[in-house]
Amino acid sequence: MSVLVFLETEKGIIKKTSQEAIAYGAALAAQTGGTVTALAVGEADAAELARAGNFGAAKVLHAADARLNQENSLAYATALVEAVKATGSSVVVLAKSGLGDAIAARSAARLRASLVSGATELPETGSGFRVKRSIYSGKAFATVEMKGAVKIIAIRKNISLDVPVTDTSAEVEAFSPAIQDQDFRAVVTGTEKASADISLTDADIIVSGGRGMKGPEHWQPLLDLAQALGAATGCSKPVSDLDWRPHHEHIGQTGLKVAPNLYIACGISGAIQHLAGVNGSKCIVVINKDPEAPFFKVADYGIVGDVFEVLPRLTAAVKAGK
Amino acid sequence: MLFYLYSQSIVLVRYNQITWNMKILVCISNVPDTTAKISFTDGDTKFNKTGVQYIIGPYDDYALARAVELKEQSGGTITVLNVGTADAEPQIRKALAIGADDAIRVDAEPEDSFFVAEQIAHIARQNAYDLILMGRESIDFNSGVVHGLVGEMLGIPSYSPVMKLDIEGGKASFTREIDGGKEYLEAELPLVLGCQEPIAEWKIPNMRGIMTARTKPLQVVPPVATEELVVLEKFELPPAKGACKMIPAEEAETLIGLLRTEAKVL
Repeated sequence: MSVLVFLETEKGIIKKTSQEAIAYGAALAAQTGGTVTALAVGEADAAELARAGNFGAAKVLHAADARLNQENSLAYATALVEAVKATGSSVVVLAKSGLGDAIAARSAARLRASLVSGATELPETGSGFRVKRSIYSGKAFATVEMKGAVKIIAIRKNISLDVPVTDTSAEVEAFSPAIQDQDFRAVVTGTEKASADISLTDADIIVSGGRGMKGPEHWQPLLDLAQALGAATGCSKPVSDLDWRPHHEHIGQTGLKVAPNLYIACGISGAIQHLAGVNGSKCIVVINKDPEAPFFKVADYGIVGDVFEVLPRLTAAVKAGK
Repeated sequence: MLFYLYSQSIVLVRYNQITWNMKILVCISNVPDTTAKISFTDGDTKFNKTGVQYIIGPYDDYALARAVELKEQSGGTITVLNVGTADAEPQIRKALAIGADDAIRVDAEPEDSFFVAEQIAHIARQNAYDLILMGRESIDFNSGVVHGLVGEMLGIPSYSPVMKLDIEGGKASFTREIDGGKEYLEAELPLVLGCQEPIAEWKIPNMRGIMTARTKPLQVVPPVATEELVVLEKFELPPAKGACKMIPAEEAETLIGLLRTEAKVL
């Protein structure tokens, strides 16, 4: 099966979630006999795009149309559909995110493709085409059969894939899809982005705070640990509701769903709605003064204690170990 | 001069709140409460509904709340649509009690996003809604793709997740959450939008709403046939989590070593 992967860059670098999507596509192509092409849209450095080869892409189609520099899921879907047709791909892989889901949806409607969002494993392709996906915010899984001629899969972040990273380069080829004016009917009048921060959805490590942090003026010890670890910072819903931290940091059922390698929860009790946002994490550390906090039940490591005493000690230990 | 005044009044009437009757469709999912225990029956092929409280999808509830506010501001009508079985009717009645004018239930088990989107698009084609609102995702399958599918099926723009929405004179201005920030957009209607907080506060139906909801029209229609694209085969629960390793607060530093050597995440 020929596989097409939608490639996203952040600050000029291939996003980690896109690296995973390429690796997933490569493993699937290897399993079924086929090659992987990646599609990149907007301004991007050709040398960086060639690095898609490291993760298993044979070729990168680069649609450099300047109108694609600004995130636009409608236009990206138009480009993706054209790339599917140009490459004769029967499977499309994207990283699950607001953007990935939107592109997947618009493309699936146009191609009348089978669409699964939230895949957590490689498909089984022995007879038919089956994939396992996360449901109920990670509290369960479902195995579904995809029957369409084209299959579109949005994969969850940080799923286990043992794919070797090589130093192979992908061939980068210019691609000129017929972008349609109707994809620009909505006009972006402005954006607000905390560019200095590490993207929460792409972060390997997240340090997150709850009401136990006692107020926005007490966030410094948490920020210090995050900085020492090179981690992104998140928060619980009450904290964002109280405006202690910006809304885009809110992790949970109705906020962001994250899946880092390491999630450190500081002063978060672990309500089920918060757990729904973090249960894809590989390792969870909980620091809370209440030994009965429900978060300890799903944690890998726990410290019962005052966050304001524990956090500086952890920061010092990280710095000492470097 | 007379002609000039006449043409001016036409312009006024065009955007007059009374004559411009905005038609809003709010799509709601009927889902287990966020705290429900998840389990399966029939050889792991069916969700175990026993003892499970069902609710309007929390994100859909935000969409509904904003629709009611928009109607209060500028008039219009709200139709609530659910693709689901008869079990969903208490939640549909609740939506009517909150402020929707009428309801449509497409009588089918909502197992695949594409199928659900085709049902919504089919209803929308017959009714020419100005605005189609729903939650950013349903909290059972978490796909977050129905708004995009419906938008493409109807050939109109779709955006999600929308956290602020205003409508004036047939034009929407809205704010969307993007990775690490916000994006501000403007677009002519019609639009499909997936909503999330803080677009509006959830609304609790009052007694009058509950009484009037009983007699508001709820139409049940059969689903339109679509090809089978995704078939649900079986469910499973994640493996049980191992015990949490507790570290004394006074030895907090040792955690960093464990994360490096044991968990290998640093």
